[in-house]
Amino acid sequence: MDLTLKVWRQANATAKGKFEQYKVNDISPDTSFLEMMDVMNENLIQQGVEPVAFDHDCREGICGMCSLFVNGRAHGPDDDITTCQLHMRKFKDGETITIEPWRAAAFPVIKDLMVDRAAFDKILQAGGFVSVNTGGVPDANAIPIGKAEADEAMDAATCIGCGACVATCKNSSAMLFVSAKVSQLALLPQGKIEAKRRAKNMLAKMDEMGFGSCSNTGACEVECPKGISLAHIARFNREFIKAKFND
Amino acid sequence: MSKINSKIPEGPVAEKWDNFKAHQNLVNPANKRKLDIIVVGTGLAGASAAASLGELGFNVKNFCYQDSPRRAHSIAAQGGINAAKNYPNDGDSIYRLFYDTVKGGDYRARESNVYRLAQVSNDIIDQCVAQGVPFAREYGGLLDNRSFGGAQVSRTFYARGQTGQQLLLGAYGALNRQIAKGTVKMYPRTEMLDLVVVDGKARGIIVRNLITGEIERHFGHAVVIATGGYGNVFFLSTNAMGSNGSAAWQIYKRGAYFANPCYVQIHPTCIPVHGEFQSKLTLMSESLRNDGRIWVPKKKEDSEKIRAGKLRPEDLKEEDRDYYLERRYPAFGNLVPRDVASRAAKERCDAGFGVGATGLAVYLDFKSAIERLGQNVIEERYGNLFQMYEKIVDENPYKTPMMIYPAIHYTMGGIWVDYELQTSIPGLFAIGEANFSDHGANRLGASALMQGLADGYFVLPYTIQNYLADEIHTPRMSTDAPEFVKTEDEIKARIDTLMAIKGSKSVDSFHKRLGHIMWDYVGMARNKTGLEKAIKEIQIIREEFWKDVRIPGDTKGVNSELEKATRVADFLELGELMARDALNREESCGGHFREEFQTPEGEAMRNDVDFTYAAAWEFKGENTEPELHKEALKYEAIEVKQRNYK
Repeated sequence: MDLTLKVWRQANATAKGKFEQYKVNDISPDTSFLEMMDVMNENLIQQGVEPVAFDHDCREGICGMCSLFVNGRAHGPDDDITTCQLHMRKFKDGETITIEPWRAAAFPVIKDLMVDRAAFDKILQAGGFVSVNTGGVPDANAIPIGKAEADEAMDAATCIGCGACVATCKNSSAMLFVSAKVSQLALLPQGKIEAKRRAKNMLAKMDEMGFGSCSNTGACEVECPKGISLAHIARFNREFIKAKFND
Repeated sequence: MSKINSKIPEGPVAEKWDNFKAHQNLVNPANKRKLDIIVVGTGLAGASAAASLGELGFNVKNFCYQDSPRRAHSIAAQGGINAAKNYPNDGDSIYRLFYDTVKGGDYRARESNVYRLAQVSNDIIDQCVAQGVPFAREYGGLLDNRSFGGAQVSRTFYARGQTGQQLLLGAYGALNRQIAKGTVKMYPRTEMLDLVVVDGKARGIIVRNLITGEIERHFGHAVVIATGGYGNVFFLSTNAMGSNGSAAWQIYKRGAYFANPCYVQIHPTCIPVHGEFQSKLTLMSESLRNDGRIWVPKKKEDSEKIRAGKLRPEDLKEEDRDYYLERRYPAFGNLVPRDVASRAAKERCDAGFGVGATGLAVYLDFKSAIERLGQNVIEERYGNLFQMYEKIVDENPYKTPMMIYPAIHYTMGGIWVDYELQTSIPGLFAIGEANFSDHGANRLGASALMQGLADGYFVLPYTIQNYLADEIHTPRMSTDAPEFVKTEDEIKARIDTLMAIKGSKSVDSFHKRLGHIMWDYVGMARNKTGLEKAIKEIQIIREEFWKDVRIPGDTKGVNSELEKATRVADFLELGELMARDALNREESCGGHFREEFQTPEGEAMRNDVDFTYAAAWEFKGENTEPELHKEALKYEAIEVKQRNYK
């Protein structure tokens, strides 16, 4: 396959960015999207041009480090995947592909296609955990947990923190991300003890970090590589209201 | 040889850990606040250690090269975590987990460390459940278990095919709690480039801020290395793109011994290589071998037809399939340990029975499991893995058997540590995959997660205090001390040299060449001629690298090529040490298979008389041969036998 790439280039956080066009040729349809980017960068290095910076690490869809808006979609034109799992067979020979970073006020661009997602860490630091120290905890089977609840908690816990939900949301809201953690812990007896303070603190931190509000359009759910359901936002809202009634 | 002191406590193996804890030195709460600990890495070992040390009241500085601690490559572990809970009532015990681990490691692990690992395994499961890790459960609400290779009991706890992710997010939660409290200061996108040693003790590290490009100095009363393994020396592996051996290599060059570098695990079930632009290999969890059956065609002509696309595997009759693991190892069948399964796949492919376009693949087939249990059960157990496979290969594994082939996955070798997880440099500790002690020559499935969390939650927080108790009078040191300045100058000079080469070839091109040499000569099967050739070839590539590498951009700001260059420069030295170690070890054991040392049936042949030792290598200067120290391995609680999975 021969392709034209329209790639966002931005020297640093404060510089003005713009699109540059690069060509890549002879790409096998079985190549992954990021391997195609590797080929592009190898060409740039040979031409003496600085390669395009982009985040990536595990390249198997679990670390959440890769991002990229490809042809207007977070993680590109396929469902339930991250960009590293996207393969070139999803594109046509001769196609022009537009590659952009996540765009959200809370995720400032660092360079080219790399963005800063530290705001996600800060939200979780505000309460996305169970406050237990190492040691001195009960036996793992001391508290039975229904299979349905455990499975649903697991559905929420599969969030990889990539930020596709924020990048896709017209309000740049982080509700799907925040609700996944709140919901996971609200479903488990271990997490219930701190449920109220967790819901309030994490929501307050989300607002503080500059994420927008949720208007329940569901775009986040569509683009989530792990298929995390909007139902977790409903549970988060319920947890939050419950907590407010107790104030 | 007298330089090795493994500090194994006195007493029977089952009492050693309790004896140690009863008599070790501790640091009182008021003094803990005065002590700084640097932890490098935020995987299972690093995050659990940083969080636990923060909870105890130490000042912790935690570093990772990723944008968030949650992205460390432990996140990608799929199948599960072992523990000796014996919840299924199938005969498990601490002794049996210990025994299986030592046997699985082909009698090349340190007995006392493995016993302690088995002892604390149960605490890990309790801890993770308390953190809200959503392990798989039965309808009655209790935890479910599954079986893994090398064991005859079901002792593996799991969270679908994402166990590593869930355990890491649990540890990351504990870490976040400490970050919020201020006991841990987190430095993401920061890479350790060197260790600072003052008066023979580890006192700090030099790092590069990967965003600004600034070189920074950090002081600690102790330094903990939790940076994982060095599998990426092979270029293609199941490791993350950024996983590297540089922290381990830099401390080796500062005096920490590197043990058993040749022990590399080649995982039997990975998606086969598709082409020259391939950047990494994807693992298909070992748990799949619970229900999947491995086979190749019985007749070579059928393999040829399949390779040519003239025959579909699902159309090949049952009687024409060779379930070679079930045939060769009836007692363990498809659940033999990883090294055995990998070699058996290579043997069939080398003999011409392989499938796939390249002939370097075998089948992992779920047909009989789907017939027995129904597709919905298989979907529930492995759905995310099947989806992952389909996205990569573009074939539906519920209908067409998966194609798999062995790939580099884990390194059992690593920094030499004593019983207290302290390296040969006082004040410097190594935990998790970065150290060498628990898995011998081969690691059993679901034991890496166990070891990482054991070290971080339950071992290091005790043992490090035995060292720090003598440091309570050491004031915080200024990072303007001459040792810090000198080490930083050396790092800056190295980076400047790299940038000034302005050669013609990319970093990746050198890395790929190194990877080919490593895979061909230091991979699944090794021999004297090949290893000697590898050492020479690596030296040639290294020399070319330092003359001809091209790194665009400059040292300020983000420069991914510079990051890769410093890592590959280290791999080009580490690879040579691996070959040297493999050459020295004239036996076959676990993941180390020397073609000269095998039984007539092609099984690995150990040499217990001459090689029952851990090989600890000491750096002696650039382009000088390292010195070998031997730590004799004594087995008191276990009778050493030839491994038998038949």
